[in-house]
Amino acid sequence: MAHAPHGRPPRVGDGAAVRRALIAFVLAVGAILVLAPLVVIFAQAFRLGIPAFVANIAHPDTRHAILLTVLTALVAVPVNTVFGVAAAWAITRFDFPGKRALTVAIEIPFSISPIVAGVAYLFVYGLQGLFGPALQAAEIKILFALPGIVLASMFVTAPFVARELIPLMQAQGRDLEEAATSLGASGWRTFFSVTLPNIRWALLYGVVLCNARVMGEFGAVSVVSGNIRGQTNTLPLHVELLYHDYNTAGAFAAASILTLLALVTIVAKVLLERQGAGRVRRPALAAPLPAALSTAAALSPAEGAKP
Amino acid sequence: MRRRVLPGLPLSLGITLFYVGLIVALPIGALVFKAASLGPQDYWRIVSSGRALASYRVTIACAAAATAFNLVFGLALAWVLSRYSFPGKRFVDAIVDLPFALPTAVAGIALTTLFAANGWFGSVLAQAGILVAYTPLGIVVAMTFTSLPFVVRTVQPVLEDLDPALEEAAQSLGGSDLSIFARVILPLLAPALLAGVSLSFARSLGEFGAIIFIAGNQPFETEITALLAFIRLEEYDYQAAAAIASVLLVTAFAILAATNLLQARALRYMQRA
Repeated sequence: MAHAPHGRPPRVGDGAAVRRALIAFVLAVGAILVLAPLVVIFAQAFRLGIPAFVANIAHPDTRHAILLTVLTALVAVPVNTVFGVAAAWAITRFDFPGKRALTVAIEIPFSISPIVAGVAYLFVYGLQGLFGPALQAAEIKILFALPGIVLASMFVTAPFVARELIPLMQAQGRDLEEAATSLGASGWRTFFSVTLPNIRWALLYGVVLCNARVMGEFGAVSVVSGNIRGQTNTLPLHVELLYHDYNTAGAFAAASILTLLALVTIVAKVLLERQGAGRVRRPALAAPLPAALSTAAALSPAEGAKP
Repeated sequence: MRRRVLPGLPLSLGITLFYVGLIVALPIGALVFKAASLGPQDYWRIVSSGRALASYRVTIACAAAATAFNLVFGLALAWVLSRYSFPGKRFVDAIVDLPFALPTAVAGIALTTLFAANGWFGSVLAQAGILVAYTPLGIVVAMTFTSLPFVVRTVQPVLEDLDPALEEAAQSLGGSDLSIFARVILPLLAPALLAGVSLSFARSLGEFGAIIFIAGNQPFETEITALLAFIRLEEYDYQAAAAIASVLLVTAFAILAATNLLQARALRYMQRA
């Protein structure tokens, strides 16, 4: 792209000086802001050597934090996936009043601070909240226990799967499913043999991003978990706890696991994008407003219209 | 012709409404209810207290600085990724998403370690008399990191699909690169830039995890609004926590509405053009 084909003038900004200056600027800032944090995490994690790293990871509290984080994801991600598919099916396959409002409501968690989400959950299930006294009378523990952590994680990631599926299924239209049902296929059969093969990569994409956020969520979970060491500490909370204990090597060892997860997520994202997932490109793992999507799609018709 | 109606509306809509109601609407409703039960006088006293006002100032000023930086850097990065080829470009394109994929607490401790007075960057900057960690500058660094990909990812697809004919026409009319960029390309990118900037700003206002490690968290100096809500909770002052959280909630909704409005206008303008 750097050199125009013969005879034609170079494009704007293709001059060597401009090009070199811009690339140098971008690489320098990227190295300082993105690459250096990545390097420092592993440098600190292995600062005391590999045996110390292994001992830090193998510590019972760290192992418990990993287990709790995996457990949270095992509940929150499948539930969010079912919700995302149901929401995309309802919104793209039917017309009903309030559809636009529902689409916006699904996206709301993206624009809300995780701290606000945590505080809001406290006022539902906490002792000073709506159901708190009743739950205590029934001896059901939601806050400062696994259910609260799962609920807060589900709030934060509620839009992830739906957001990948809705634009795609909208673009695909209803014709194939209508043909299948008119030929006598049941609703489930239509979904599993017609819809699912068409959306599988986008679905997987949404699941991968959802999982990364669930396992990494900090703000919302730190409000509702109670931070009980070895009991309700997820891995990101455990990182904070070790860091504030001045156990830097331990904190970074735990952090390196989460970093590895982030790197795996990025690789999976790149591979899935090659399969066509995330084609209407948007910022992943965080906050797009619905209007941002429609504008991006409208401004790049070629991308939005690809089948 | 009547459209055939597919099966599954009651089931899928039922699941959707139940989930949105239970997971999203119920907690937000409970928060609004709690804040509203305060009464206007108490509510105003809490949200306009000196410490709260200072936290708004710190949060907004730092978010504005981080967003301004990301506007420039994001545009440059999107430009470089969509226009030039250089070794390692695909790696750069992939790694741009790291701030979204990396848990915020991990980002927080990594940035603090880098920018603390004895860190790789902090020690160099300290010699020049610039302190980053435990100052408002640290908050700006953390916000810049967590919202880094927004402008890039909203501008990049638009830049890739830009019709070269527009530039060629401007070039044939004798425009310099700079004037073509300012008068032809930039206006076409404006809606995407606006979308990226508002996402970036909104994210910075609500960010918590990455900031609390690097900020120092001194009231009136380096205390962000989200942290103040958290501190009120830890002091068992639930009403104050509800009131301050409601300020963040209302701000988020206001930005959402403003962006929608601006983009609807931009969209109408683009369609007419």
